[in-house]
Parts: sequence; C-alpha cells; structure tokens
Amino acid sequence: MNSDTMADAKTPALDDDPFGHDILTDPYAFHARLRDTGPVVGLPRYGVLAMGRYAEVHASLQNWETFVSSRGAGLSDFKKEKPWRAPSLLLEADPPEHTAARGAMAGVISPRAVRELRAAFRPFAEELADRLVARGTFDAVTDLAEVYPLKVFPDAVGLPERGRENLLPYGALAFNAFGPHNDLLEAALATAAPVQEWIMNSCRRESLAPGGLGARIWEAADRGEITHEQAPLLVRSLLSAGVDTTVYGIANSLYALATHPEQWQRLHAEPPLAKFAFDEALRFESPVQTFFRTTSHDTEIAGVRIPEGTKVLLFLGSANRDPRHWGENADSFDITHQAGGHVAFGMGVHQCVGQPIARLEADLVLTALATRIRGIELAGEPVPKLNNTLKGWASIPVRVTPV
Amino acid sequence: MNGTYEEAELDLVVTHRTAEADGVISLELRDPKGADLPAWTPGAHLDVVLAPDLVRQYSLCSDPADRSVWRVAVLREPDSRGGSRRVHDELWEGSAVRVRGPRNHFTLAEAERYVFIAGGIGITPIMPMVAAAEAAGAEWTLAYGGRSRATMAFSGHLAATYGERVALRPQDEYGLLDLGTLLGTPDESTLVYCCGPEPLLTAVDEHCAAWPAGALHVERFAPKGPDAPVLGEPFEVQLAQSGVTVTVPPQKTVLQAVEEAGVQVLSSCQEGTCGTCETPVLAGTVDHRDSLLTTAEQAAMDTMLICVSRAACPRLVLDL
Repeated sequence: MNSDTMADAKTPALDDDPFGHDILTDPYAFHARLRDTGPVVGLPRYGVLAMGRYAEVHASLQNWETFVSSRGAGLSDFKKEKPWRAPSLLLEADPPEHTAARGAMAGVISPRAVRELRAAFRPFAEELADRLVARGTFDAVTDLAEVYPLKVFPDAVGLPERGRENLLPYGALAFNAFGPHNDLLEAALATAAPVQEWIMNSCRRESLAPGGLGARIWEAADRGEITHEQAPLLVRSLLSAGVDTTVYGIANSLYALATHPEQWQRLHAEPPLAKFAFDEALRFESPVQTFFRTTSHDTEIAGVRIPEGTKVLLFLGSANRDPRHWGENADSFDITHQAGGHVAFGMGVHQCVGQPIARLEADLVLTALATRIRGIELAGEPVPKLNNTLKGWASIPVRVTPV
Repeated sequence: MNGTYEEAELDLVVTHRTAEADGVISLELRDPKGADLPAWTPGAHLDVVLAPDLVRQYSLCSDPADRSVWRVAVLREPDSRGGSRRVHDELWEGSAVRVRGPRNHFTLAEAERYVFIAGGIGITPIMPMVAAAEAAGAEWTLAYGGRSRATMAFSGHLAATYGERVALRPQDEYGLLDLGTLLGTPDESTLVYCCGPEPLLTAVDEHCAAWPAGALHVERFAPKGPDAPVLGEPFEVQLAQSGVTVTVPPQKTVLQAVEEAGVQVLSSCQEGTCGTCETPVLAGTVDHRDSLLTTAEQAAMDTMLICVSRAACPRLVLDL
C-alpha cells in the first residue's frame, strides 16, 4: 500500500511503530495516545489506518461486509500478496464461505459440547494446583499457563502425544505472521518448516483419536457440512487458535492477580468469582492485542473517509481500556467489574468460536488455585514475551501462601 | 433467525376472503398463474410481508394435500401495531400479497394418541393437525377454548366434521379449559400440542410437568415478527441465588437489568450467538430470541441466553 490509497490528508497520524519492541512490551501509553488522537488514525510507517476506541473497534468488528477478513487478518493484503499458508477458513474468510466452516466448528465446540469437557478437564487442574502449591514458588507461565492448556486441549482434540512441543512455536508463528516482516517474524520463521509439517500431519484424519474434537470435524465433513478438503484446515484452526491464546490468557490472569493482592483475596474468599476474574483479565490485558481488516469498498467511519483496499488495524487491547466506554476505571483491574462486551475474543461473525473452551480452562485453573492459595505475589521480575499480535509473558515467578 | 435458505418468496393473490368469527377473517391465497404452491406440513406458518419492515407470521390452516391454495386466518388485534390491522383493512379478494416460507417450527410427530389444545386464534395450526391425526387413524381429542362462541373461528366446521372428538369450550359458558382433567394422566404414547395465548401455554406447561420429556409441543399464536417480543410490557425476573427480583422493561435486556441490579453475570457477544451468558431457567416461559440454542433446547425452557431472550410470561425465575 502507498500513500495515495491512504485516507484524507486531514486524518491525524502517529509515527509510532506498534510492532516495535517498546510498544509490544508496554502498549498502554501508546493506546491512550492513539485513542486521544482520533477515532481513526494513520500509521504512515505501515501505510495503514488504526482504530483504538471501543466504539469504532466494536463497530468495525461487527461490520464484516465493509471490514473484510478474506484479504487477511494481518498486515499483508491477500489480494496483493500470497499468504504464507493456505488461508484459514474461519479467520481469513468472509460469509458466505465463512458461514459453513463456522457452522461446522460451532457444532463441534458448542457451549453444550464444551460443558461435557468439564469433567475431563478438572482433574489435571486440581493435580497441577496441588503440585504447585506444595512447591510454594513456581513460574506461572512455564510451570502452569503453558502446562495446563498444552495437556488438556490437545487431549480433547485427540492429538498424538508425540510432537506436542510444536504447538507453541506454531502458535507464535501464526500470530507473529499477522504483523510486519520484522525480527519477531524472522525468528519465528527460522524454525517454522518442521513445525508446520508436524501441524499439517496432525490435522489428517488418521492422526486424530476417535471421539476428539479433531475427529468430530472430520465427521462434520462426512455429513457434508464442509468438504473433506476443508477438514484438515479446520483442524488446523483448532491448533493455531486454541493453544497460545489460552496460555496467554491464563498467564495474564495470574499476572494481574499477583500484582493486585486485594483482588486475589477477593477471589480466594469467593472462588466462584474465577470466571469473572478471567473475563476481567482478558479485558485488562488482552492476549490478542490487534487484528487487521481490509475495507471492501470506500467507506466513512466517524467522519473519516477510508478508501477501498485500506488495511485497518483494530486495537482490541486498547478498546478494552477505552475510558469512553468503560469509564474512569478502565485502567484498573477489578474482578467485580462488569467486563461483558469486551472485544478480547473479537465480536460479530468472527468472534472466537473456541471461547467456551478458553473460559472452561481458565475457570478450572483459577478455581483450583483460589481454593488452595490465600495469597500470591511476584517472586522475581516477570519477563515479557514479545509477539506481533499477542501480549503476554515468558516468565512470571510467583510465591504463594497456601491455605 | 432460524429460517432456512431454501424457503421461497412468492407473490400471491387473495382469491377468497371469509369472515370466520368475530374479528377473524380467513384469506385464501393462490399463485396468480395457478401454479402449485410449495409443499408444507401441519404446523407450518408463512411470513406475510405487509411492508418491507412489517412482516407477520400466520399459520397455514388449509389442507396440505391441496397444493393449489393456502389459507391463513387472522384475528384483528385491538392493540395491533399494524400487522393484523393491515391484513384486515387492506387485503381483499384480488389483492396481491408477498409471502415467504412456509416454515415449520411446530411439526406434528407421529404418535398413537394426541391431545390438542387450542385457545382463540391458536386454532389455526391445530386445524391441519387434527385432520392429519384423523387421517392417520390416531386417537385424538381437541379442546378448543375462546372468549365466546362467536369469537371461535372454524368451530362449526370442527364440530360437524369430527363430532365428539372436539370439545368447544367458550369461556363465557364453561370458564377456563379444564386442563386438570385433560392432562391429569401422563401417558407415554400421547403427545400434547397446544397453541394459544401465553397464559394458556404457561398453564399447559405446568400441567405437563409430570409428562415425559418431549411430550408437550407448543406454539404461540400470532407469533410476532423477529423484532417484536412476545410481551410488549415489563416482566419480572427473579434471581433465585441472589434473592433479587428485577423488572425488565421493553427497552432493556434481561442482561442489562440483572447487571444494573448489581448481580455479576458473564456475557460476551450480547447478540445471542456466543452462549457465554446462557443461564438456567428454573420457572417460567422464555421468549427465545437467540441464534445458538437448537429448537429442542429452546423448547425445553430450562435455559436461555439472557442477552437477547426475554420472558413470554409475567415472571421468570433464573438460577442466578
């Protein structure tokens, strides 16, 4: 994209690099500037427009006809550049094509189907919590947030045990690939080939255990809901979207709780608040910070003219802290906040279809910890994990006080 | 919302208009060139497009075997927001009318025995059902209530055709339908089909509590357009765990009312698609408006998406 496809010269612009290490590490000051600059702001460095306020982000996510996904949910415009992999049938597609794939996936992981997973997911949450509480200090990322989802979710999908270590690098690659071709994407691509091969092999019918979510996607193909050619791509969506996001979500929840001791006390006093604590953590520090959309025709948003073919960067993490929507406490973490309506899972037809699984995992982990731990605090300096799309931590050392 | 993509949109013509009872007319609709109309089954309804933003659903009450004609019967509702009034005032013999469908959310399942219960204009989907039950040789009874004999459409035809199987029970002569007797003995080989006003549906639902799951099938009469809730007035929602009762006015969602009462509840999409706010229903009848629950899940009335769904009765009790 070049400047002549950009919006009006009057559109305010910011010189910052939202994919630079500084902003990826701590985006919140930039978010506030972005929101205060205007509803639609140019980012000339990438030749794109950005939205950081709740109202416009929310509206654009819901307006899939104008802000299409089929031209990629990243910086790259699939109409002009070849995607790095076969496009996702969900994330990188529009209705009507999107509708069938979404319907099939929604059938496989409906809230009701996910409720049935609860019994299978609970024991490991409790076992892991017992083990970590006994240790007293542990790393909330490497000992917990990366361990729990990487066990229960691949089990639910029906993946083979061997090779599961590929899931995190694949997720990191997929989410880095939505950004520019920077050092983070370079690093992810360097190890990509064997990882991608394992992923695609794992999506084949013969790799997937009967009865699992993966096998059920193939059964949806048998029923004609999707084609057999589409089935492996839909399984791939489970693997690229279902692991890192929950790892980051659980880690970010623990970071928020460990740095807000009074909130942990509340949760400990009333463990059923766990699901609300997770929701508030998603709002407060959203694992998926940004997604791109592309305008399918000339349009006008909040008085700003946007030409067809413009890449628009939607700052979900910023919308979730916009005081225009959330009020003065937008930047505070309070597990009794009404966080409903946040856009951490997106919104509209592309809203995260795996949302109930993420909520289930987090609820079980946080509930297991809340009943066993009176207090939690940082036991060392947390180490951020940088990704072009995801916000989270490589390490969060914590010390816990058992009941 | 739950429509299928295969449904037809047809421009038909009114070939006959009949006054069936006080305030009730029936319209016969045919293709202007005499072509066959799409097939349908008892319980199906049509969308009648009265204006681009005024669509109303009316049950088909003719004979499914006769593909040349459809019949709907419409009660003129005194507080109508325009739908039934327009039908009564503007659709005459020769009038053109655009319809969509037919669709069926109230299908007649096979059974040895049926108990049909109709209240007022709720007789319309029941008409082809009793004909089908009769043709199939099933045992059946119909209890048909209404304010007074003069308001009960098709009562003469029903009594003349089916004799003692049909009990006509105008309220001014008999009082309310004797549901205790009608539904007193749960029976595994009997299905109950009921269409009528909300209080009747609620009462039938309560009387069927001891019946096998799935025995009761209900449809609200004169279902309103997708934008209009069943209840146009405020209703109460009792939150069993919190011990709070909130009033939900028409302009608010249950979710909003619950949140404003200070009761924390999860929600996400707030448009009835993601299921995050799904809440168990302990008592009451739900006006389901979501796009997630299956028809069977909705009909069970034991769960609802409070971001969009509402009450179809004065008081809901939720497990919150």
